[in-house]
Formats: sequence, C-alpha cells, structure tokens
Amino acid sequence: MSAVRLLVGTRKGAFILISDGKRNNWTVDGPHFGGWELYHLKASPADPDRLYASQTSSWFGQVIQRSDDGGKTWNPPGTKPEELMGADGTSKGESNMFLYDSSPETGQSLTTHQWYDGTQRPWEFKRVWHLEPSMTDPDTVYAGVEDAALFKSTDGGKTWVELAGLRSAKGQLWQPGAGGMCLHTILLNTGQPDRMFVAISAAGTFRSDDAGQTWRPTNKGLRSKYELPDPDAEVGHCVHSIAIHPERPQVLFMQKHWGVLRSDDAGESWQEISGDLPSDFGFPIAVHAHEPDRVYVVPIKSDSEHYPPEGKLRVYRSRSGGNDWEALTKGLPQENCYVNVLRDAMNVDELDPCGIYFGTTGGQVYGSADGGDSWTPIVRDLPAVLSVEVQTLS
Amino acid sequence: MIRYIYDSRITNNVLSKEPAHMVRVILPQHLRTLARVNGEGTLEVKGPVTGDSVPDALEARYPVLPGTIRNHVTKQRRPFIRFFACEQDRSHELPDTPLPESVVAGAEPLLIVGAMEGR
Repeated sequence: MSAVRLLVGTRKGAFILISDGKRNNWTVDGPHFGGWELYHLKASPADPDRLYASQTSSWFGQVIQRSDDGGKTWNPPGTKPEELMGADGTSKGESNMFLYDSSPETGQSLTTHQWYDGTQRPWEFKRVWHLEPSMTDPDTVYAGVEDAALFKSTDGGKTWVELAGLRSAKGQLWQPGAGGMCLHTILLNTGQPDRMFVAISAAGTFRSDDAGQTWRPTNKGLRSKYELPDPDAEVGHCVHSIAIHPERPQVLFMQKHWGVLRSDDAGESWQEISGDLPSDFGFPIAVHAHEPDRVYVVPIKSDSEHYPPEGKLRVYRSRSGGNDWEALTKGLPQENCYVNVLRDAMNVDELDPCGIYFGTTGGQVYGSADGGDSWTPIVRDLPAVLSVEVQTLS
Repeated sequence: MIRYIYDSRITNNVLSKEPAHMVRVILPQHLRTLARVNGEGTLEVKGPVTGDSVPDALEARYPVLPGTIRNHVTKQRRPFIRFFACEQDRSHELPDTPLPESVVAGAEPLLIVGAMEGR
C-alpha cells in the first residue's frame, strides 16, 4: 500500500501531512519546533525515514535537525538526546556551524560579494535555505545557505564543509535581492553522478561536473532588462527556482524573477517559454513525475505585488514543455485571493496519477491527486508556508 | 514569570584552583526547548562571572547552544539577544565586565532573552 508524506516548513514550525495513496484523507502532525522558522525539510531518497530539517531564527541562529524515524522524533545530528546535557562538558553542537572556507589554498580570495550600494561586502552566514540529501547515501547531504554558498556533510549533518569552488564562479559579482543572497535550489538527479546544478538569488544558475569541486555559470539566454545594467550578464540574475525530470536530465526548467525559461542542453543556453501566461513572474516551478514535458508554475502579479493576478489562485500547466499554458482552477479560490507561493513550496509525488502539492503564505496547503485537474485544501490555517516537500512511500 | 528549577549535573573540579560560583540563568523559551531544560537553571562558573564566562559555561554544558546566543567563531552576542541582570540591560557592556555581585552570589539570575518581536 502506498502513502504520501508532505514535509511542510512554515514561519512558525514544521508540519507533517500523511495520507494513503488515495490522497483523500490526511493527518496533520505538528507543529514541530514551534515558533522557529522551518525553511526546508527533505527526506533522503536512500532512506525514507531519514529526514533533515533547517530550523532557523533571526534571534537564535541556525540549527540542523535530523529524524531517523520518519519525523516522529528529532535531534541535532550526531547528538543523542542524553548527550544534549553534555555531562562531560565537551561540546557536540557542531550541527549548526557553517563556516565559510577561508583556507589559503581554496578560500582566501573568496572574501566579498557585491552589496546593494555597489561596494564589496564580506560573506556572512545567516541561514540554511535548502537541504538536499544525496540520492544514494543517507549520511550525505548538501545545504544551500545565505549568504550564498554550498555546504556538504558526509556524517549525517553533524559537520559541514563548504564546497568553495562555487564562490569562485564570479562570486564577487553576486548580490542579494530583496530576500537576501541565498542558494535555494540544488539538483542532484541529473543522470550523472558528478553533475550538480544550483540556483542562487541573485546570481543565477551554476553547474558542476566534478561533484561540486568546480563550477561555472550557466546563464546564457537569461535576460534581466530591469534588474541588471547588462541584461545579458554572465551572473547576477535572480533565478527563483529550477526543476528537472530525472529521465530527461538535459532539460531544465526555470522560474526567474521575470520569465519562465527552458534549457535543452543541460544549462548551456536558455530560451523563454512564458508564452501565454498571465504573468511570467513567480517563484516555484515543478515537473510532472511521469511526463517530462508537463510543467507547473504559479503566476504572481509582479515583483512588488506578490499575489495572483486578479485575485485568482491559478496553477498553470504546460503539456508541451512551455509556451502553451492552461489555467488549473478547479477547487482553488477564484476571487479575493492574495497569497503567494514561495519557491520551495510546490512539489509532486510519484504516484499514478501524479499528485501536485503547494503551500501558500496564507497557510493553505493544496493538493491535486489528478495531475492538477482538480484541487482540494489539505489544511487551511497553518502559518505562512515556506516549503513543501513530498515523499512517496511504499 | 513562572520559573522552573531543573536538576544541576555539574560536578566540581577539585583540582581547579579557580573559585567556582553557582550562577542562576534563565534562558528564553526557544532555547529551553532546544536544550531540553525547564526554566531556571544553575551553572557552575569558574573564575570571574562575566558576560563571557556565563555563556562559556552554558555552551559547554548544553552542546546544542553554541551559535544560538553568540557567534560560533567571534563569540560576539547575537544581535537580537539581550543579557538582563538586576533589572539592568548588561548586553552592551564589555564581555569581560563582571556581572553584579548578586548574580555572582546566586541571589539574582542572569536573564538571557530574545529582543522584543512583533512578528
């Protein structure tokens, strides 16, 4: 019997929503870590009971939490509950330590990025936006952080090491957008074990072909006419999200600050596929689990009006890999709706028919068990939703 | 304020020649949850009782707390953390400034609080 587990991060805690494969009746478990911002939770593809969570606070900083029983219990990685008391006086609290590489060999020159006023500013760790567990090893997990950088843990999240080669990819030209300078997307399901993609606001997309040691910008074809003095700059673009289908990994889809784009050559070049969307601004983008050309976006009115056009919450689906889009409205509010859907807050399950899920800043989590044809609210009144990840359990 | 007393597991280091003080500390609710303690606790602090030595002792005893009160590396107080003692804000004093004698003597607690928020 299959089941679906949604890992929902919100402004004030995490929630775990569980249903059987019919996806009609859901249980809601939470809040976990009540009062903290849970930017992202994600399960290991190699061990469905291994979950990682980014627990963060402007007051108290960053904590990584880990569950080894599917979210029933949580601990900072590497620390058993009894060890929290630290009776021997030895600190084991390394799971929240993200130190930028400052070694002479690899990190010394990676000291500053561009600030709002055009000056250079030192990198300063603020929080983990995204956790991406390895496809094969439950103890290996990547973290995308603000200020933008990529970290890797090979001990289940206990200790972290920066993959500093990324910041060598013109990091001095990266700059924060209004939401901060964050690495928010990590793609590992690329069909090649050593190939990775990341996306950064506001820097762009980057590709590594050597397991994260070296990186290069992959932004050819992106245009940012009103955001950058050089619209075609190699870096500096505000990419909101990128998505890939594992069976066709040379094709990437992107929701940019303005613009929906597609790459057919693993990021070497990008083409606009916004087509007939009512707005090409938005945050998340997702690909159907079984149809690599079915793409989903949630248009938002503009960069200063973060709500759906006309107050109608509509998911748009393309069946042809972009350009031609259809509005999916059945079950979604079609008047007086002024919520946003953030970049990590839409995902799909692997059942047939494919399920689509998204959470809103109004605290609703909507689900579709028929590929987007119809929607129902799974839960309506959570805190603002930051992320929705989906586990398909067998 | 409701104050809870939790069990102290600190053992005295008989070899140390530094004077040890039993200092009362109250953590903000989120850090109590994180460290899995209830309310007010008592910490053994060796040597001068200051804005640095108390967090040092706290972080040594609760391994999940480094980084939550002070920066991991610089040991600077996080911007939205405040240290209150004897109805005074001690947050902006130099880290090696001694805390009031009533805190050193255990008569008054050191309050570690999160700055006011309205979100």
